[in-house]
Amino acid sequence: MALTSKEVEHLAILSRLALTDEEKALFAGQMNDILEFADKFNQLDTDNVEPMVYVLPANNVFREDEVIPGPTRDELLTNASAVEEGYFKVPKIL
Amino acid sequence: MQLYDLTIHELTALIKERKVSAHELTRAYLQRIDEVEEQVGAFITRTDELALQQAGDFDNNPVDKPLAGIPYGLKDNICTSGIRTTGASKMLEDFVPVYNARVAACLEDQQGILLGKLNLDEFGMGCSTETSAFQTTSNPWDLQRVAGGSSGGSAAAVAAGEVAYSLGTDTGGSIRQPAAYCGLVGLKPTYGLVSRFGAIANSSSLDQVGVITRDVKDCALVLSAIAGYDSQDGTSAKINIPDYFADLSGDIKGLKIAYPREYFRNSTDTAVARQVKRALHAYEQMGAIVEEVSLPHSEYALPAYYIISRAEASTNMARFDGVQFGLRDVKADNIVDLYANSRAAGFGAEVKLRILLGSYVLSSDCYETYYLKAMKVRRLIHDDFTRIFENYDIIVTPTTPTTAFCRDEYRGNLLSLYRNDILTVPVNMAGLPGISVPCGFIDGLPAGMQLIGKPFQEKMLLNAALAFEQAHDYYKARPALGGDK
Repeated sequence: MALTSKEVEHLAILSRLALTDEEKALFAGQMNDILEFADKFNQLDTDNVEPMVYVLPANNVFREDEVIPGPTRDELLTNASAVEEGYFKVPKIL
Repeated sequence: MQLYDLTIHELTALIKERKVSAHELTRAYLQRIDEVEEQVGAFITRTDELALQQAGDFDNNPVDKPLAGIPYGLKDNICTSGIRTTGASKMLEDFVPVYNARVAACLEDQQGILLGKLNLDEFGMGCSTETSAFQTTSNPWDLQRVAGGSSGGSAAAVAAGEVAYSLGTDTGGSIRQPAAYCGLVGLKPTYGLVSRFGAIANSSSLDQVGVITRDVKDCALVLSAIAGYDSQDGTSAKINIPDYFADLSGDIKGLKIAYPREYFRNSTDTAVARQVKRALHAYEQMGAIVEEVSLPHSEYALPAYYIISRAEASTNMARFDGVQFGLRDVKADNIVDLYANSRAAGFGAEVKLRILLGSYVLSSDCYETYYLKAMKVRRLIHDDFTRIFENYDIIVTPTTPTTAFCRDEYRGNLLSLYRNDILTVPVNMAGLPGISVPCGFIDGLPAGMQLIGKPFQEKMLLNAALAFEQAHDYYKARPALGGDK
């Protein structure tokens, strides 16, 4: 069941990526190649296998709720292309 | 021999004996960069002024630390406070971090000399630096060939004598493969040994920061400087860190070495495999016990890696939205266009492909078929290794199927390009430490041997690597570049 350009277009909308028609066709082809190759692992019976998300035991990491020095607001705003009164600026949303 | 040919431990001795100052050493390196960088293309950003200032500071007030006064470079996905950090992406072309990555801070603490930021595949997504938005790095051994990737700039710079050592990151082989292609030692530590804080994330459960050097002792020195627990990395391991350099002996009598048959057939160029077989024979003569084993799920590692790494990459790339930092479409008059257009303009084709594929395999219709399945396969691969390590100390394989390939060799043939990672990917999937060491030359190009160890057993790995190195002088070879004969 091959992916179509139309489905890639839908994924691109979900991924917030503006694509040209050429890109949609190119990526659909490449994704199909990769998925076809990946399908190989469906030969394996994994019914009783526990999925592995992390190789180390993943635990929540807590620390004392203490203020530690970090970058200031002004510093953190220096890499934004639009800033106003100490805030990130974006086009009107509502 | 020039200053830029020497190893860290050789240079440190010269500095301590005051035979050379950090300033002289830095000047020698800057001159070398001027001489060869046009051919190699390893740097995205040079930090000459900072380097000379750091060298002056050290000379005025010398400290006794293993990496003090030694010139190095950082892969440009490692954040450096006040120094542009691009990830080789247009998205971050003008990004200047306001903090240091943990590893960058470690090397600053050592009073090392930072010479600049090194080229990579965009956000580490590639294996040749050909997906860099800025340039493709050439292999110093043959300029028509790639240096490998994604840490291609980090490897080429060390091989060309532009830096004494460098840091890279490794998600599926991105340190070991370029180290192999460039005739260097490249270590991907155990997942969790080195902090990822401030390293731009590619695939968070696979990424690890590591080291590229000219020899094994240098590798141990640099690892000692960057390993250790960091509260700012939630996956950082709380373990005691040994001094990796102290009492490295190269004595491997009785070491039990396994070589998995799956890594020596089909996928591997016979020339590289033959070279590694010779190395295994050498190990036997040094007193190691060498036996063939099977890692039966090896062939499923690459497909599972495609799914897991793309899923994680698509999630990590979501942070680039044009708002808080990074490239922005200033003409967009609504927020959705702002996101979609900024990302379209900022990302290259490989990154877009990975975002789309990742989004697809994480979608509710495909989650079980692909993502969940891949995580189960990951468990099988991990358990294969665990089983072997019940009876053996290290596993030896070729690092790569072939020696360095030519630029554009895989244009339009993505799956063949991806297969370069086939021997390194399983190590990331299992979170194990892996080191590539030079094991000979094939038609004038370096070949690499991969040693895989148990979790957090880097010292044993380094010792086994040193044993081979002491018996062979491949690591002493330098490519002919610039004015070299």
